[in-house]
This record gives sequence, structure tokens and C-alpha cells, in this order.
Amino acid sequence: MTIIDPTDAAPASLSGDGKGKGPLLDVRDLHVEFQTRDGVVKAVNGVNYSVNSGETLAVLGESGSGKSVTAQAIMGILDMPPARIPQGEIRFYGEDMLTMSAEERRKLRGARIAMIFQDALSALNPVLSVGFQLGEMFRVHQGMSRKEAKAKAIELMDRVKIPAAAARVNDYPHQFSGGMRQRIMIAMALALEPDLIIADEPTTALDVTVQAQVMDLLAELQREYQMGLILITHDLGVVADVADKIAVMYAGRIVETAPVHELYKRPAHPYTRGLLDSIPRLDQKGQELYAIKGLPPNLLKVPSGCAFNPRCEKAQDICRTDRPPLVPVTEADGSELPGRASACHFWKETIHG
Amino acid sequence: MAETTPAAEPQDATPNVSDVEVADVNSETEAVAALDAPVERGEPILQVRNLVKHFPLTQGIVIKRQIGAVKAVDGISFDLYQGETLGIVGESGCGKSTVAKLLMNLERATSGEVFYKGQDITRLSGRALKAVRRNIQMIFQDPYTSLNPRMTVGDIIGEPYDIHPEVAPKGDRRRRVQELLDVVGLNPEYINRYPHQFSGGQRQRIGIARGLALNPEVIICDEPVSALDVSVQAQVINLMERLQDEFNLSYIFIAHDLSIVRHISDRVGVMYLGKMAEIGSDEQIYEHPTHPYTQALLSAVPVPDPEAREQRERIILTGDVPSPANPPSGCRFRTRCWKAQDKCAEEVPLLAIPERFKGADTPAAHESACHFAEEKDVVHA
Repeated sequence: MTIIDPTDAAPASLSGDGKGKGPLLDVRDLHVEFQTRDGVVKAVNGVNYSVNSGETLAVLGESGSGKSVTAQAIMGILDMPPARIPQGEIRFYGEDMLTMSAEERRKLRGARIAMIFQDALSALNPVLSVGFQLGEMFRVHQGMSRKEAKAKAIELMDRVKIPAAAARVNDYPHQFSGGMRQRIMIAMALALEPDLIIADEPTTALDVTVQAQVMDLLAELQREYQMGLILITHDLGVVADVADKIAVMYAGRIVETAPVHELYKRPAHPYTRGLLDSIPRLDQKGQELYAIKGLPPNLLKVPSGCAFNPRCEKAQDICRTDRPPLVPVTEADGSELPGRASACHFWKETIHG
Repeated sequence: MAETTPAAEPQDATPNVSDVEVADVNSETEAVAALDAPVERGEPILQVRNLVKHFPLTQGIVIKRQIGAVKAVDGISFDLYQGETLGIVGESGCGKSTVAKLLMNLERATSGEVFYKGQDITRLSGRALKAVRRNIQMIFQDPYTSLNPRMTVGDIIGEPYDIHPEVAPKGDRRRRVQELLDVVGLNPEYINRYPHQFSGGQRQRIGIARGLALNPEVIICDEPVSALDVSVQAQVINLMERLQDEFNLSYIFIAHDLSIVRHISDRVGVMYLGKMAEIGSDEQIYEHPTHPYTQALLSAVPVPDPEAREQRERIILTGDVPSPANPPSGCRFRTRCWKAQDKCAEEVPLLAIPERFKGADTPAAHESACHFAEEKDVVHA
């Protein structure tokens, strides 16, 4: 913790002694909708999840499942309008960020909660050097001089293992390779040693060999700083590597939560099972791939009942009429499975059958 | 398949096609006729020999001088057999998409040959080239940019018939397009819709239907599923496998996702910086890789099973791919290789069955361009 004392940058009410009081981040019943010409798009419909310090939560879902919108709502970077948050709470150390003033949220953003974006080339400003962009964090949040900020930028680039950091600090984003740019994004997120990092598909644009480097780096830094990490991805392979617990999203709702090992061993929702079955495996060559039939739903008209019912092989009449709540999942003998829940009427059959 | 060693003996590398003489470009009619001759299953339909593509780097505005070249593809050779799928994997910038363009003759090769049914297509132009292109079609990566947003689906899929009117008479086209839509699993009534009315997976189906319109024999797929969601990927892969059986197609399947390549391919080639590092059957490459780059690539693939994950050994390469404008001497992989020795900097390793495995009846005996080829199973724990 050489860079700064994090309490300096934080609003008084959120100072360090807030630690240990419940989860770091607690999202409760979050709804997000977008006004469009064609009607109201309900992107997020009642999401609950929480992250503790040093914990990694993976949010898994296809495009349009609401995983990125949830993250943007937490960061407070949704464009409002057209977006609207009709209900819900986002508690950071117990305080609801949705009721804070814009200025209070601005102070949290970057300093306490930071985000790593998917496409580093478009997330970095092409006409400013990376050193300037990294230093901006220190100049804006801590009022450092340009010279001090540049020294900090070099230190950060070293920390994310960019070779010859001092020589490259004045280079522009296009002069770096994809993996190096993603490291700069990570450095920028880490700059003020936040308590929580949200990584939105951080390795999707990278090659497998570079992806492994970047994920290792992220995991190492997380351990070192004891940060909470929300990893948003659609790649079940990446999740298996780093996550502690997983939340699977479909059509704006969480359909299953589970500790990472449990989810892969015994999925309790037909959608999760379908996803696991539909990925080709490196170590075996099967015949035909299992494919979930149909398409992800249009968020303008989400199917009634369970949103997954038109694509589900197990769907019964009840699935088309009643929306299944997210209920705790238990062993066949009724003993508890901590951290597990499923939003399926037939979770018992799915997990035990 | 593994017994031919084209890299070692490139001169006499077209042995199987003596029945179809390498056509004289002047006798175009002959050449066109040769293309209609069927190829037996298991015979090579496409033979690539020492294919090279260098993009010149120039300096100066008025007087341009060439100061170097990006060696995107630097001497690769392989065969595509009738009815098989050849997967090509590699990191971005290794030249796999340039290979696709060269095979389509969308880029002119700097040197080397691509024989389609015994005819070198890199030197063709005009009518003869058009005839060849009818038989080699392409499916593109991004279904959002590869379809013209101002054309209806019917126009997009029917456009190949404007260029090759001999395939379908004018009155018959609409029916054919509807048939194609049905074949790829789309509702034939969608013929008058526009691309934006479809989801990503459906658009990729439209792209596949367009590729099938002219009844080609070879389809080159450049990252056909990487832009799609996981659950939709499986649908498109299954569709492509079904179509291969139905229409007896040969695929070149270019992708960076090694799991998908294994699933669909009969043989796999691994590219690194414009060169083929290793090529063999899917079992040889995935279960018995001998090139260190293949081993690193395979070990880096995230496995969707946390328990298997913890037991597996991972080889994490340091650094990035060097610039193809200035590739390392000798073996191009040596700058990132943990086995590299002096010999690797001096001698370019040839793509051939490694000396130590020659004659041995093991799956490790396949072509690998490494001086110190060694078998290592990285996929299983």
C-alpha cells in the first residue's frame, strides 16, 4: 500500500472503519429500464448480489442478459435518460449509492470503485499518452502535480509488468499491443487502490496466451490488495479459473447462484446446464454439440412466466404462467447448500435428476 | 496424410493430381472444364505450396521507396482433402486471415502456388478466375458488417447469381433463395426482410446461405462463430457440420478458439508469425503436440471445469508476438520459447516429421517445425 492511504480520498462517512460491516457491495432488487421509441426495455429486473473484500464474483450471461447494465448502474455511468432505475438499492459499505449526490458518487468512482472495460483501444483516449491518462487519476482525485503524477504512472506501469515502463510512459495507446493496453486499463483501475473492481469482459478481445497472462495478473493484484472483484463474462472457461462464486443471468434476472465448483459439477438451472453442455471441450471430441434451441429473448417483450421457457426442454405449463423466484437449493435430503439458489420450478429435478 | 512432407520437397509436391494437368493459362476453356471434374473423397482438392505474402512498407510520399515488408505469410504449405475440415489456429497477427484471402485470390500472393484441382489459381485472372471463385466461397467473421444493411435478405443471398447467372436462371432465383433459407434453418418467408431485423446467429446463417448459393466445393470460414453468443455458437457449428455432410463440402476453418477447432476439424494446422508450426490430425495435435508453441497454446485455454483446472500444468508465455515486419532469425518462436538454444537462432526448423519420431508408429510422428520436438500432453491432467 505504498501509493496512497485510501481513506484520504474517501468521503468521511465511508472512511476505512466501514470495513467489516457486512458486504463490501450489496445490490438489492435492482431494476434498470431504458426508454426507447419502441417501448420500455427492461434490461435488469430485480438483481440481487453481494461481494466481500477479497472475493471474486463472476457474473455470467449472454449478450442482452443485463450483466453489463448492472455493472454500469453500480459505477453510476449509465446515461440517464434514456436509462432509469425505478427501484432497487446499491449499498457500498452499507450506504445506498443511488441516493447520493452526483458529487459524492464522483468521488467514489475511480477512487473506491473502478472499472476495467472490454475494449482497451476504444476505452483509452488515442490522442493522449498513456502516462498522461494514468496520471489523470492522481491529478484529479488527489491534486498532484503533473510531475508527481507521471512518476506515479511509471510506478503503476511497473506494477502491471509493462517492460521498460519509464521509457514507454509517453507512448500513445496505438503503440501498445492488445495485451499491454489491457494492462494499462488494469493499471488505471488500480491507480487509487479501490476496494472494488468491476471487470467487464476484460479478456474477450485477447488471444488465449495473452488472456492467461492478463487473468493471472488480475488475480495476483486482487490477492495483494484484498479487493473485491466483479468479473463479467460470457466465457465459462475464464470463470472456472478465477471466480469464487458465480451468478448466472438471463433476460435481466439472476437465474442461478453457486460457488464455482458446485456450479460446474451440478447445475441447478436448465439454462446453466445447457450452457455447460454447449461448449466444445478441448480434451474430448464429441459427436454433435448440444445446442440450446432458439434465441435469447427480446427485452421489449420478455416471455411471461420463466423467461427461459420457450427455449427450455423441461418447460411445463407452470413455467409459462408463473415466474419462478430465486429459491435456495438444498441437497436431496434437505440439508443446506450454502450460497446456492436457482430460479427454476424444477430445480430439484435439474440438480438431482 | 502425414506422410507427405511438402515443406521439405516443395518442387515435386503435386503428385496426386497428374490426371489433371496443370493448366496453361492461355487455354482457358480447358481450365474451366477441368474444374467441373469431381474429386474423390480423400483426394486433395486444394494444395498450397510455399505460399508467401509480403506487404511492402514504403517511405516517402512522392518518391516511394520500399523499406521493408510485413511478412504476413511466409512460406506455408498444406493440403485440403475433399470432404474434410482443416482447422487453422493461431494468435492474432499470425497470418491466418491473410491465408484465407490468398486462397480466395482476394490478395495476390507474392510467391507460391495454390492448386485447386491441379490448377494454380494464384496466377489466374478474368474468366478462369471467376470460374474458380464459384467453387471456393467464404464465410466471414462479423455477421454485422458482412451483410449490406440496405439489401434485403433475398438480394443478399441471390447476389451471387447475378455474377454467375449460369447457376440459376432468372425466374428460378427466388425459389432457390427460399430453399437456401430453409436449408440454413431460417423461415423462407423472411426473404424480404433486412439484416437489422435478425439476431447475430441468424445473420451468420444468412452469411452461410450466401456462401452456399453457388454450390461451392470449398468453403473458407474465417472465424465464423467468434462474434456469437455461446448458446448460439453451438447451433451454428452444428449447422455447418450438417451442411458439410449434406453438400459434401470441404472446409478451411480459421479460428482462435482451440476448443471449437478441435470439435469441428479433422486436421489442424497451428500457425505462428506467418509460418506453420505444426500440422496433423486433431488427435495428433491435441493429444500429442510436439511443438512448444502448440503446447503453450493448448495449456492456456481456459477449461470450464475448476477441478481439472487446478491439476493441469499451465505454460504461460511471456511477452507478445514479435512484429512480422522484423521476425526473429531462425525459429520465429524462439524469443518466447523456454527450450530455445543457439541452434534455434541460426537454423530455421523445417516443417517435417521430427527425426526422433521418424518411422515410429506413434501419434507424435506428425509434421512439426521444431528442432527439439518433444511430445507433451498438456490437455489432460
